[in-house]
Amino acid sequence: MIAELGHFAVILALAASLWQSLVPLYGAHVNDTRLMRAASPAALAQFLLILLAFSALTWNYVTSDFSVLNVYENSHSAKPMLYKISGVWGNHEGSMLLWVLILAAFGAAVAAFGNNLPPALKARVLSVQGMVGLAFLLFIVTVSNPFLRLDPAPIEGAGLNPVLQDPALAFHPPFLYAGYVGLSIAFSFAVAALIEGKVDAAWARWVRPWTLLAWMFLTLGISMGSWWAYYELGWGGWWFWDPVENASLMPWLAATALLHSAIVVEKRNALKIWTILLAILSFSLSLMGAFLVRSGVLTSVHAFAVDPQRGLFILVILMVFIGGALSLFALRAPALKQGGLFAPLSREGALVVNNLLLAAATATVLIGTLYPLVLDALNAGKISVGPPYFNLTFVPLMIPLLLLVPLGPMLSWKRADIYPAMQRLWAAASIALLTAILTFAFHFKGPWAAPLAIALGAWLIAGSLSEIAQRAQFFKVSPATAFARLKGLPGQAFGMALAHLGVGVMVIGITAVSAWRTEIITTVKPGDKVEISGMTLTFLSERTLEGPNFTAEQGLFRVTIGDREIGELTSEKRNFRPASMPTTEAGLHAFWSGDLYVVMGDKTADGTGRTLRAYYNPMVRWIWIGTVIMFLGGLLSLADRRYRVGVPKTAPRAALEATA
Amino acid sequence: MKKALILAALLNAAPALAVEPDEILADPALEHRARALSTELRCVVCQNQSIDDSEAPLARDLRLLLRERLQAGDSDEAAKAYLVARYGDFVLLKPPFNTTTLFLWLGPFLVLAAGTLYLLLNRRRQASPAEAPISAEEAEKLKKLI
Repeated sequence: MIAELGHFAVILALAASLWQSLVPLYGAHVNDTRLMRAASPAALAQFLLILLAFSALTWNYVTSDFSVLNVYENSHSAKPMLYKISGVWGNHEGSMLLWVLILAAFGAAVAAFGNNLPPALKARVLSVQGMVGLAFLLFIVTVSNPFLRLDPAPIEGAGLNPVLQDPALAFHPPFLYAGYVGLSIAFSFAVAALIEGKVDAAWARWVRPWTLLAWMFLTLGISMGSWWAYYELGWGGWWFWDPVENASLMPWLAATALLHSAIVVEKRNALKIWTILLAILSFSLSLMGAFLVRSGVLTSVHAFAVDPQRGLFILVILMVFIGGALSLFALRAPALKQGGLFAPLSREGALVVNNLLLAAATATVLIGTLYPLVLDALNAGKISVGPPYFNLTFVPLMIPLLLLVPLGPMLSWKRADIYPAMQRLWAAASIALLTAILTFAFHFKGPWAAPLAIALGAWLIAGSLSEIAQRAQFFKVSPATAFARLKGLPGQAFGMALAHLGVGVMVIGITAVSAWRTEIITTVKPGDKVEISGMTLTFLSERTLEGPNFTAEQGLFRVTIGDREIGELTSEKRNFRPASMPTTEAGLHAFWSGDLYVVMGDKTADGTGRTLRAYYNPMVRWIWIGTVIMFLGGLLSLADRRYRVGVPKTAPRAALEATA
Repeated sequence: MKKALILAALLNAAPALAVEPDEILADPALEHRARALSTELRCVVCQNQSIDDSEAPLARDLRLLLRERLQAGDSDEAAKAYLVARYGDFVLLKPPFNTTTLFLWLGPFLVLAAGTLYLLLNRRRQASPAEAPISAEEAEKLKKLI
């Protein structure tokens, strides 16, 4: 009954999205306010109906109703409640339902909070948003229905992929989807602007917060995935340049570029055509990611659906939206008036370089991800594109970008002078130089480039701090006045500085763990001691543990430095029921300076000992701390009212024009 | 989903972690070279994993084979060539630079170059018709204002 209710709600949502796609669009075309106003209630209705469907499916999972095929295939009554719930999106059909739920939620948010939008623009945005929803709801109803019944109902479910039974992974998809799908708003705004033939500063002001929100979710989503890979996959890697990871990195890079170019549109009324294109491309890359992951072109933990029919359907959606938007772009973009001339050396110029490098980086990831697939499809041979390729292409593009980050905010709009900007950066440059020298002096082991990369991180951090300090005029006015000025700075200023600082923190983490990681691979018997990076690891004992739905072999280790006991840690090998697939739980001890990472392996051939792999990962946590700082930077910007509310001054006039 | 599970189960049939203690060579220099090389070689039955990271039995075989070649006195290049002869370019995580991979290697920099060129040309075009002179109508308005 509940499942049928969910199914019915999806169909009603489909009807609502059809209404939302057509009526407001026509209303905006003939300038009929009543028809335009149909958009908001339709968007809200679509959201509430999908929410109902999603709740129905969640209910089926929570109550372990195995008469629903989807629940039977992906759940098990012995699973902890958290994973029963996360099981809802731990499979293809459920994850698509989550996808449309978030899509509709963003649409409903525009409907509810977009009161200051000109009615015609709002109608068109919601209409385009409705079309995207329509396509995916159609997909769900026709080939991806999560509410199919099973008769007779089995007594027990088949269980969720054990690898997915992890807290970080339980929440990784919702964040990632909120990022992917959030970019649909930028896309809808871009398409609506093309239909209207008008892009102005106000448009950019509306697009920026939505893009920022999507970018924040994407940042956190990718970061969670990476954190999970780090501690769960058992060898301490945190990024693998796996096609599925790349599928999430591409929209992130494009969205980062979009965030920056939209600033130029807002402040200087320039780069409009490019920004529109970027908004279309960002969401297109999200859609492409969805296609790559779900079509079975790639097979991995993420590829739930190895089903050509579904792949084809998503491919059609992809072509309609990307093709349609780009055609519209080709038709309408030349008519958009370019404004705001600027000298190459200016804030705008710096943001153009930022966009150029980010676009090239996005293209690199795209080429690297698709090239083997295309070659294979053309029967031109099978190749692998792995980390060494990206280290040689992506990294060289990132270095100039990161070097320029602190410079950009120091340049003035329109036309800047390089010398004053450089002067304002001398403190940051000295700190970076000092960092390089100190790193060379104290850590001369490892690759020669590592201290320079650490200095790059320091440059980013110091650059962000000095930007804030100079805006508050520390060292120029009295500290009290400076603090007062600091308080008065807009949230956006702090947001930007914090986000850039986060990048610096991440760069340091990446460099340290890549260059100075140490490892020990050996066999141990209980009582044996292993030395790693000045620490002593003692293998105390092992035992068998019973979890709710798994059996684990657990090894107990003690960590000591000299005579001082630091603590104990455990590493497990888990065997899940019913799928007898082993997973590893690494033992982690976090120091300020880095992580001790211990993995207990199999019994040795004679059965007396164990394989032991221990790593010391210096500063590895800085990677994720950096991403969290970036997220917080976004949050600070978003909390800035000037940023969020839009343009109260010009909106009424625009609204008048639109209705006149 | 089921298929994926079975596949995953098969790949993990012998759940041994990547490099095993018994594989490690006595000569640290040689072992260091072996490790560096293994990060550039793909475990051909896995999803985008190097043989250094992979737990699959085949990856272990490749690691042992690689060490055998190095012990036999092969240079890094020769050892790689030996594996390429058997498994094709697919085994290299860093694809070779040849006619089929031309665009793969040059693509990123072509994109950058094309973008830069576009900006430069666009700039010249923009710079030439500087500020448009005021129209007659605007001149009229200006006169009135003054």
